[in-house]
Amino acid sequence: MLLAEQLPVIIVTVAMFCGFTILLAGYLNKKSAFWISLLANIVFFALSILTLRHVLAVGPIKYWQGGWRPPWGIEYVVDAMNAYLLVILFFIVILIEIYSKRNVEKEIEARKHPTFYALIQLMVAGLAGITVTGDLFNMFVWLEIASLTAYALIAVAGGRALRASYNYVIMGSIGAVFYIFGVGWIYAATGTLNMADMRILLPVVYDSRLVQMAFAFIVVGIMIKAYIFPLHFWQPDAYTYAPSSVSAMIASIHGKVMIYILIRLVYSVFTLDFIRYYIGLDLIICWVAAAGILAGSVFAIKQRNVKRMLAYSSVSQFGYILLGIGLSPLSPWGLVGVVAHILNHAVMKGCLFLAAGSFIHQEGKWDIRSFEGLSKRMPWASGAFAIAAISMIGIPPTAGFASKLFLILASLDAAQYPFVVILLLSGLLNLVYFWRVIDRMYFVRHEEPTEGGNEGTRRLPISMTAPMMVLAALCIILGIFWLTDIPMPLINQILSDLSTGGRL
Amino acid sequence: MMEWLAQHVLEKYNFWIAMTIILIGLYAAMAKGNLLKKLIGLSIFQTAMFLWFISLGDVGRDVMVTWGLKGGTPPIIWEKAVEEGYTYVNPLPNVLMLTGIVVSAATTAVALAIVIRIYQKYGTIEEDEILERELQEEVRYASG
Amino acid sequence: MESLTPLLAILCPAIAAPLVLLSRNHPNIREGWTIAAGITMFALVLSMGPEVLKGDVIRFTMFHTMFKNIDFAFKVDAFGLIFAITTSSLWILVSLYSIGYMRSLKEHAQTRYFFAFCLAILGAIGVALSANLLTMFVFFEIITVSTYPLVIHEQTPEALGGGHKYFAYLMPAGAFFLFGVVATYYLTGSCDFTPGGIKALATTSPVAATVLFFCFLLGFMKAAWMPFHSWLPTAMVAPTPVSALLHAVAVVKAGVFGIVRMICYIFGVGLVDELGLWLILACIAGFTMIMGSFFAIAQDDIKKRLAYSTISQLSYVILGAAFLTKDGVMGAMLHIPFHAYMKITLFLCAGAILVGSGKRKISEMAGLGKTMPVTMLAFSIAAIGMAGLPPLCGFISKLYLCFGAWELHPPYGMIFLAVILTSSVLDIVYFFPIIHAAFFREPVDAERTNGGYVIKEAPTFMLVPLSITAAFSILFFIYPHTFYIIDLVQLAIVELFGGG
Repeated sequence: MLLAEQLPVIIVTVAMFCGFTILLAGYLNKKSAFWISLLANIVFFALSILTLRHVLAVGPIKYWQGGWRPPWGIEYVVDAMNAYLLVILFFIVILIEIYSKRNVEKEIEARKHPTFYALIQLMVAGLAGITVTGDLFNMFVWLEIASLTAYALIAVAGGRALRASYNYVIMGSIGAVFYIFGVGWIYAATGTLNMADMRILLPVVYDSRLVQMAFAFIVVGIMIKAYIFPLHFWQPDAYTYAPSSVSAMIASIHGKVMIYILIRLVYSVFTLDFIRYYIGLDLIICWVAAAGILAGSVFAIKQRNVKRMLAYSSVSQFGYILLGIGLSPLSPWGLVGVVAHILNHAVMKGCLFLAAGSFIHQEGKWDIRSFEGLSKRMPWASGAFAIAAISMIGIPPTAGFASKLFLILASLDAAQYPFVVILLLSGLLNLVYFWRVIDRMYFVRHEEPTEGGNEGTRRLPISMTAPMMVLAALCIILGIFWLTDIPMPLINQILSDLSTGGRL
Repeated sequence: MMEWLAQHVLEKYNFWIAMTIILIGLYAAMAKGNLLKKLIGLSIFQTAMFLWFISLGDVGRDVMVTWGLKGGTPPIIWEKAVEEGYTYVNPLPNVLMLTGIVVSAATTAVALAIVIRIYQKYGTIEEDEILERELQEEVRYASG
Repeated sequence: MESLTPLLAILCPAIAAPLVLLSRNHPNIREGWTIAAGITMFALVLSMGPEVLKGDVIRFTMFHTMFKNIDFAFKVDAFGLIFAITTSSLWILVSLYSIGYMRSLKEHAQTRYFFAFCLAILGAIGVALSANLLTMFVFFEIITVSTYPLVIHEQTPEALGGGHKYFAYLMPAGAFFLFGVVATYYLTGSCDFTPGGIKALATTSPVAATVLFFCFLLGFMKAAWMPFHSWLPTAMVAPTPVSALLHAVAVVKAGVFGIVRMICYIFGVGLVDELGLWLILACIAGFTMIMGSFFAIAQDDIKKRLAYSTISQLSYVILGAAFLTKDGVMGAMLHIPFHAYMKITLFLCAGAILVGSGKRKISEMAGLGKTMPVTMLAFSIAAIGMAGLPPLCGFISKLYLCFGAWELHPPYGMIFLAVILTSSVLDIVYFFPIIHAAFFREPVDAERTNGGYVIKEAPTFMLVPLSITAAFSILFFIYPHTFYIIDLVQLAIVELFGGG
């Protein structure tokens, strides 16, 4: 089908174009900004589903920008992995945008709304661009589009968010430069920027110190961007002080796309053989991930600001994904864990941030110690938070359990037993810091305020409740979905597209 | 010794220069307390990377023979060049860095905008003073 | 045989739970859902009895999982059905009782209570009917989480402390269990419950099998074996019906059920014998039996005393399974339903005493037999059964346990026989003072009215269930074929050990 071949580039360019349209339309009518953005994203979501179907049915889509042939021109490649990520991206964006309408009306002054939605749209375009591109330098450009908009979106909140955003600018830019530095070195070694081409040319120079250093630089750069422990220090502030909907969006998809870059580089550009046999990095990656898993959880336990706690929890959860990557040369289940956790964590963390955001929206409460009786006043939001929290702990039948199960199986399969212990321990640490919140919300006795009857009747708008509930329901549905054999074709396709050589 | 020097330092002088500037930039970006100085450091860092990247394109360079000044020509094709077999500089890194410069300019713009907002809010752009203000706020919150 | 019945049985509490939430403003309708679900589930479970007794194993595969050879499936075999029958029959009675208890004490958050109760039962019935370790683990964790709101129902700091302790023990236990599940799959490529054990496990290295065994044992911390028992007495801060159903039936029985499943259906009797693990397990169980009884004697709070009694009695099941002999396993399997009926009677009586007289302390219970005759009579019946005296069902299971011990190799047989008998004597020591005080001692005059609280018999809603369970404790002795229990146990034994 001719149209399907063009879908990725249509999504990216139109998304970009929408960003400017929103800005223009917003000057004429402030309300239109939201609707244009939402409508566009719904269309992109539909298109990305078509893309995924096409990819699964026919095979990877390759699009040459301007008709230039790959080694010279920029190529867009969409295989099962990208298409899958695109679907997740737009799905989460739609839900969070619906949520953000009322939230943004409260948190951000009206004159900034068009700019806000324009920035969101540009960020989404940037993320989609990262996802579909098959060219390393092009990826850098999209990366910077996604990052610059994220800096601005965090700063929108004003106050402390400004300093947080500024730290993010500095760290993020350093990360980007590290990335492009690494790309430059591989370019010097191979003379190409196209991923597929590079994959063919690289094996000859695997031994070269230049290529190995290049890999290290790229990994460090991406680690900063994807806030992987120990390079996460800009992230908690940014998540804590950003507007709630922005925190949700960045936490659930921005980081995922960042780590996708790493996945793409590890599997499709450098190969698992390179990681394992030439630089022996696989176990080091695993241990870094394990340190992140534990450290993130331990930091999270110490926090009393709910958003900051969730931020540290993200640091810990990204360790899961990294652990999956590290284990994948030894066991195909590692990659299954990665694939599952990218979706699961997007859903869970999105839900948690939306719920936390609505507590702040409704009652201005961000301190966990002031959460008493919240379940009475905001039953839906508390319910969503509780379900997502249980899912983070990894209790079946929720999504978090599936990820944990895959990763434990991967560690056993790879005969790396310490990681089994770490994964199980991490579940218990998650229990400690999430159950503290659930206890406060549901179970700790508190004095009902005598007055404030009017306060209680003001309900959370349905446009904010519904996305949370969808995500909470997904936490359970996905938990069952990943256990069934329905995703098998997708996973096998991803495994073969990323050429890991393994099949389940 | 001289051979080593020639091989590792002189022949790769572009690497050394770029690395030195990069480290200067990185140091400033990480260690300076003044937000503007940080930003200047970042810009130095980025620019050094551009310099180095562009130097990659200079494929005709042979330092030991001609002491450096005669490299590839600009990649403009005209008849004489083709006849005499000039070596061209690889145009791709230059083109890439044009994009890179745009990105860098955008980053600087965003960062400057944020610095202005920070100055409006805190009245200072020294990081330790800002942190102290935030700490005071926190103490005020904790005490009541 | 493929059949939808197991799924339907599990769906009963699963459907009732949201209905309970929805009808939170109409208490009568809300409790109606619970009772209706309970009766339907019991009927469905019982209807599978004749089929299973014919030797058929009823299966239902919900879906194939991503893992080769593991389905998310339910299987109704003889042993699973025993536990399912126990749980589902007692759920009806305890629901009736809960209505009386919760309403007379005017407890708060009753909707949450009944909702969590449904989920806990969902977990228990799921554990009973699951066909493999993965399915079992899912339901096991459902029990753990859904019991928490029940344990901390009072929401006092003490209750919350109890809840935290409960989690502090059972969540790590869940982690051990999960490791066991994955490791079993990794070692053998299967985790189905197979009578006689998974064959491939016998060929793995003994060290791996031993480690796996202890992981499972730690995973089944719900069985409250010592030294990992202290969550159970602490969890007695829960309302009495919760303690009754969950701490005498659903939670702890799921634990011992899991241990028997693991020994007989995952490892296989032969392998456990070969590795010499039975002796370690039997020692743990024997120690728990004796120590649990001693702790029980020291308690003055009646629920705490019952809790330690539970700890001690659960180890009878573990001990029976550890004997690995025909009669030992038979005693273990019989003790699961029998102990459930007797212990639930005791707990229900404790609750009735609390509602009727406001008393928790055993030392204050003098003369209660006159004011609360029905309750105390039921209590006495169950207490006699606990001590293993005829004419109560406790006698049958203990008799088989003694036979089981008798069949062991010379030195061990006598030792464990002595342990069983000592523990039974200790049972008498800690139960009979209560009976004696209730019937044969005059209440102190000041205690006739308890601070203006007139002591009277508990409401009918509570008396009926506890009379029924007491009656069944006798009925099981007279006619052990009630609810097919003895037939099912015999069938399970034939399945495991062969022979007629």
